[in-house]
Amino acid sequence: MFKKIISVVMAVMMLAGACVGFSSCTTDDETGKGMSESPLAAPELSKDFEVSEDFKIGFIFLHDENSTYDKNFIDAATRVKEALGLSDSQVIFKKNVPETNDCYVAAKDLASQGCDIVFANSFGHEQYMIQAAKEFPDVQFCHATGTRAHTEGLSNYHNAFASIYQGRYLAGIAAGMKLNEMIEKGEIKAEEAVMGYVGAFTYAEVISGFTSFYLGAKSVCPSVTMKVQYTGAWYDEALEREAANALMANGCVLISQHADSMGAPSACEVKGVPNVSYNGSTYDACPETFIVSSSINWAPYFMYIIKCFNTDTEIAADWCGGIEEGSVVLSGINQDAAAEGTIEAINDAVAKFKDGTLHVFDVSKDNYILKDGQKITSYMADVNTDADNTPDTEVIKDGYFDESGARSAPYFNILIDGIENVNTKF
Amino acid sequence: MKMTENATVGEKRSGRNEKRSKEPLLHITKRTDIPLSRAIIIRAVAVVSALVFGGIVTIFLTGDNPISIYVTIFEGAFGNSTRIWFTFQQIAILLCISLAVTPAFKMRFWNIGAEGQVLIGCLATAMCMFLLGDIMPTWLLILTMTVASIAAGIIWGVIPAVFKANWGTNETLFTLMMNYVAIQLIECFLKIADKSGSNTVGPDKLNNGWLPNLFGQQYLLNIVIVAVLTAVMYIYLKYTKQGYEISVVGESVNTAKYIGINVKKVIIRTMALSGAVCGLAGLLLVGGTSHSIDSNLADNRGFTAIMVSWLAKFNPIMMIFTTFLIVFLERGADEISSKFGLNSSFSDILTGIILFFIIGSEFFVQYQVHVNKNHRIFAKTRKER
Repeated sequence: MFKKIISVVMAVMMLAGACVGFSSCTTDDETGKGMSESPLAAPELSKDFEVSEDFKIGFIFLHDENSTYDKNFIDAATRVKEALGLSDSQVIFKKNVPETNDCYVAAKDLASQGCDIVFANSFGHEQYMIQAAKEFPDVQFCHATGTRAHTEGLSNYHNAFASIYQGRYLAGIAAGMKLNEMIEKGEIKAEEAVMGYVGAFTYAEVISGFTSFYLGAKSVCPSVTMKVQYTGAWYDEALEREAANALMANGCVLISQHADSMGAPSACEVKGVPNVSYNGSTYDACPETFIVSSSINWAPYFMYIIKCFNTDTEIAADWCGGIEEGSVVLSGINQDAAAEGTIEAINDAVAKFKDGTLHVFDVSKDNYILKDGQKITSYMADVNTDADNTPDTEVIKDGYFDESGARSAPYFNILIDGIENVNTKF
Repeated sequence: MKMTENATVGEKRSGRNEKRSKEPLLHITKRTDIPLSRAIIIRAVAVVSALVFGGIVTIFLTGDNPISIYVTIFEGAFGNSTRIWFTFQQIAILLCISLAVTPAFKMRFWNIGAEGQVLIGCLATAMCMFLLGDIMPTWLLILTMTVASIAAGIIWGVIPAVFKANWGTNETLFTLMMNYVAIQLIECFLKIADKSGSNTVGPDKLNNGWLPNLFGQQYLLNIVIVAVLTAVMYIYLKYTKQGYEISVVGESVNTAKYIGINVKKVIIRTMALSGAVCGLAGLLLVGGTSHSIDSNLADNRGFTAIMVSWLAKFNPIMMIFTTFLIVFLERGADEISSKFGLNSSFSDILTGIILFFIIGSEFFVQYQVHVNKNHRIFAKTRKER
């Protein structure tokens, strides 16, 4: 009996102790300043048109929510669905559709279910979407990141992208400010301002992204240089972590990445090296080192295509949303990691983008975009898809490289001075 | 029956009730023959229980009512004409591969290389379309594709058979390895044919040599070919001398040798046949259905086919029903995971539940479970009486 009483008393004491312990945790004051409001947030969605009751839209996603890339699309589609008050039967999701004939089967299945618009989100889906578009001329097929709508000549097949290079540029400003702070504090010398970049493949999409990031940094920190290491995969946590670690070991004092896992950001958190992220905030996992993240907001495009369909308007063959459309967004800025004045500098640049006085790929500026020490005055880009990737379109106009002007998907693929490829096998 | 008599004898011999209580509650005997109607009822009960159990799991996960779940399953397979055609096309391909593995399994040759034999058929077809598409007229191209795919399948089937027949190598490991070789060869082809790193070569590059549509229906030709093949395979296995030889080798190699069957020849010939039909399935997949190739194109059907074949007891006509059931449920499960926003693994879970019940039902078809009425848990009721 005595033992029993003792054990009950002990149990009560332990429980009380645990309660005190937990409550003391929650009352602990946060020492840091935490995240700021986003300087470039996704705009509120407003419904300014009527959607017919039998309207249906189908979405094809490469993976499910576990991939940051797909989650970004799925979240946007869900927000649009709610904003327009669409029912479950009007919005059909097909997730984990690989870039194979399965995509054609999924597109055909959505069309046969009465979808008016079918959307697919991955580059490799394109040829299967085109195959389905030819078969169902009354259904609109929209494809993100694709390159062939403007040459295919199908009135029901469309491409879309966003001028994310503007977002990367803004994130680059935050990186440059951070480097300046490190130089001022005497942590590094001006010539040691080396950034590292973990890229997936040597595609134009990646090159355009890291170049604009670099240019953003260079606009505030002229001595910056950058090393790029490719992983050859869009999602490989181990490879991305390894690449980030290799870059840091080689003297990179700030890391950014264009690949979809947490590999690079978490490697930075371990080493305490600042990180500029992509596709959304990684603040929760990396509160010490996360600075800011840019991402594409797909909701404006989904609103646009649904509005076009319901108001009998043609959907553009190529659509590239920018800051104005709300397609390019930034996360909040981590005030514990970012340099003083970062928000103001970003706000400044956003205002200049809006009034058209700032171009990311401005080739006329001195000491800005150079190739082998020379300014670029003319460049033939590979805009029209063909087997041999022949350059076919002059893209330097009015003193700047007209990225995403000739088609929505990026085609800037020049390795400019100041950026060094560590490996190029992908 | 026999077992029950033994029990009674044992009881008399020991003369004590405790002995009785040590006997197991259940015992199992093999059925020597079971009326067809009984076997059908057992299987039907299994299918119904699978649906009920699958329904309960789905209700638990989706909160929807069971009727709408079954309606969704049905709609997934037969919701509209596109889906009906697609479902029958899937049945045709799975049935074709099941027919292919059947002669080998009937011969007790454990061919788990159907996946690789189909893939190599796919590869041969795709290579013809890719390399010869622009220089051959369509009829000649299709003829070349047919010959190439069947030849490739035969080669992939015969290599392990020759080793087995001459040196007694383990055919299970050998055919399994051949799968990986086929997958790697496809990967190699993909890298060469499409330099963008997309891991697939699609209708853009394979734009010639598509099998013709019958009556405007893309999949009808595949379905007709497999229907004919099913009849031919049924006759071959049941009524021809070669079919009989296969059964004899399968029952007992020594018997086969004793009655003068050339076992080596039968093994190699049968695997050539298996490989040829797998190669044909590859042709139908690439030339007739997908017009694209990737290393996952066979989608594990080379393994599912083994199950189909066994469930149908190597009877081609019965295989029509087993493939129908499996494809119907897969399509339905797919639709459920899409409609209720569940992860695609959910359709695998449902298919798993269903297969578990169907395979489980075979146990009850082949064996009978007896309850030992003398067991001690019945003792109390006896005393009261």
